Amino acid sequence: MPILRTDSLNAGYGRTLILENVNIYLSPGQILTLIGPNGAGKSTLLATIAGRLAPLGGTVFLKNEDLAALQPGETAKTLAVVTTERQDPELMTCREVVALGRYPYTGRLGITGPRDREIIEETMALTKITDLADRDFTKISDGQRQRVLLARAICQDPEVLILDEPSSFLDIRHKLELLSILKDLVRKKNIAVLMALHEIDLAQKFSDFVLCVADGKIDRSGRPDEILTEPYIRTLYGMTRGRYLPEFGSVELPVPEGRPSIFVIGGGGSGIPVYRALARQEKAFYAGILHENDLDFPIAEALAAEVVGEEAWEPISKERIDYAKTLIKTCSGYICALDRFGTMNRGNEELRSFAVSLGLTDCGPNYVHQGTHGGTP
Amino acid sequence: MNKKLRYLTTYTALIALLLILSGISIAAGSISIPAGDIFKVLAGGQADSTYAQIITGIRIPRVLAAIFLGGALSLSGYLLQTFFANPIAGPFVLGISQGAKLVVALTLILTLRHGFTPGSPGLILAAFMGSLISTGFILLISRRTRKMSLLVICGIMIGYICSAVTDFVITFANDSDIVNLHSWSLGSFSGTTMANARFFVPIVTIALLLSFLLSKPISAYLLGETSAASMGVDIPRFRLRLILLSSLLSACVTAFAGPVSFVGIAVPHLIKKLFGTAKPLVIIPAAFLGGALFCLLCDLIARTLFMPTELSISTVTAFFGAPVVIAIMLGRQKR
Repeated sequence: MPILRTDSLNAGYGRTLILENVNIYLSPGQILTLIGPNGAGKSTLLATIAGRLAPLGGTVFLKNEDLAALQPGETAKTLAVVTTERQDPELMTCREVVALGRYPYTGRLGITGPRDREIIEETMALTKITDLADRDFTKISDGQRQRVLLARAICQDPEVLILDEPSSFLDIRHKLELLSILKDLVRKKNIAVLMALHEIDLAQKFSDFVLCVADGKIDRSGRPDEILTEPYIRTLYGMTRGRYLPEFGSVELPVPEGRPSIFVIGGGGSGIPVYRALARQEKAFYAGILHENDLDFPIAEALAAEVVGEEAWEPISKERIDYAKTLIKTCSGYICALDRFGTMNRGNEELRSFAVSLGLTDCGPNYVHQGTHGGTP
Repeated sequence: MNKKLRYLTTYTALIALLLILSGISIAAGSISIPAGDIFKVLAGGQADSTYAQIITGIRIPRVLAAIFLGGALSLSGYLLQTFFANPIAGPFVLGISQGAKLVVALTLILTLRHGFTPGSPGLILAAFMGSLISTGFILLISRRTRKMSLLVICGIMIGYICSAVTDFVITFANDSDIVNLHSWSLGSFSGTTMANARFFVPIVTIALLLSFLLSKPISAYLLGETSAASMGVDIPRFRLRLILLSSLLSACVTAFAGPVSFVGIAVPHLIKKLFGTAKPLVIIPAAFLGGALFCLLCDLIARTLFMPTELSISTVTAFFGAPVVIAIMLGRQKR
């Protein structure tokens, strides 16, 4: 049974409808992530589900009860929110901030009892902020601050946790730390998480389900590996240049324009840095001969003017070698990123000899094993 | 539990200072009264009847005014700072005191012209209406800007408008009214009577207790409105209570002492630094005590520095308070 459910929910501000007909089912222990372009309405939807904005239609059900009919104090025991609003409460220690999470459980004056204090210390240990407890909240880093705010929300002992872009503005280490802590909490405490993320690569790895918000509706929903495919990401975010490669979680530059003048012989990962360097310098190139299951293949496809491919697990065929030769003849230079050849890619060795016999410039030294550091040659 | 000790010692020191200053305030003045006679009068024993009159008729009401109205100002400032999440908000800079002053002046002139005085309840009511009108304008402005400096500038402008209208009205009032109105409109604790105290002491005490009971939602509100709401604070109701309480407190002050500047901003800030915390549970009573102490000291200076000439209380509070405001602004800048 879902702990959080929305039934044809319409969300927006005032009379402006932003999202229509949203149906969400969220069960305990699941992480559901909203992704989508800026301004698509992710935050509006989260604010509506958290009860901060009144629905413009439809209903939010928390444990099968209409959220609008619940008292704020009661809701707070089931649903906690980590917000993006930036406040600088002066002279508050991190422990005091975390302790505020006990708000729904403390008495008239908000004084914490021994049981509350136990929970506070436990939560701080779980979110790895025990050593920050007595530090001033305004004087810690953004990454630490997000962990403290997460701990505050966890202190509410919620069954549903809502986070709005918790990892934006954090560096890669802190993004990873925060989301890993979140994932551990979900598994340990069986909390249901609904969050918005900017980073598709992280959404892919940390979510059980993703919801794609675009064009005023939930465009697609499902498991991340089903949804987050290369062509769909491109349409979802309206990307006109470059690509996102879901297998690598990487963003690639657009294919360089113009007539290719370099042929890159690669394979087994050796070609990737070369392709990227050429794309960065906007030099169009051919790539080959790559097996379709080669590590280089998807990146070459994203960046090369044309890729000469071969079926997986097959030796390189005569036909493919000949085709590569016709391409290489139109080039003025070649790069061989491989340093050894085996049975399956014998064809590439032949291709290299062909390039040498044509008298093409070996551009390799400029792109492979560059020994110098920094910007000077 | 170091902290608890710090709270305790600071509280003790504040209370001790308050008692000492109250004693000095009762004794000092154009006629100094020996300590022995003060105790005799307070104990209800036989004493020089002139002394008794001065003590119970003039000095004690004035000390009560400084304590309760000073505390009220500081507390009102604290509540407004919480409401607007703005460290330099206060009844004076937001024009709330001046709004109260305007309506009180109008009420006084109109009623005096018809030959009766409005009395304490009427004055408080008038000041409360004036506070609410100014607050209403500030709320309208705060919807259109999140910038704390802009809000404060608008508040100061509202204050100027209200003061201008007040001056205008006073200029055309009867000569006999002007004398009283003029000294009152500058701000002063002088002329407070026991009858006045019978009104403001209970009102301020109740407002203090009600504010103290808001400690819990205030602490959640420190993290921001959205966070507070997610913890279960009923935001509209909470905001309404804050506004009503802060308006009532500053109205009370204005009704009896006129507008007094800077106490509302400077004292809560100094108190937070002194206690090293922003916990409302600790700070609300402490801000009240601090305001009382600050006003008692400033009033003592105002009336004894150039005896027998009295300074207006705002002259002294501004002298000590304004540098604190500058320090707050510069401290914010650094972050």
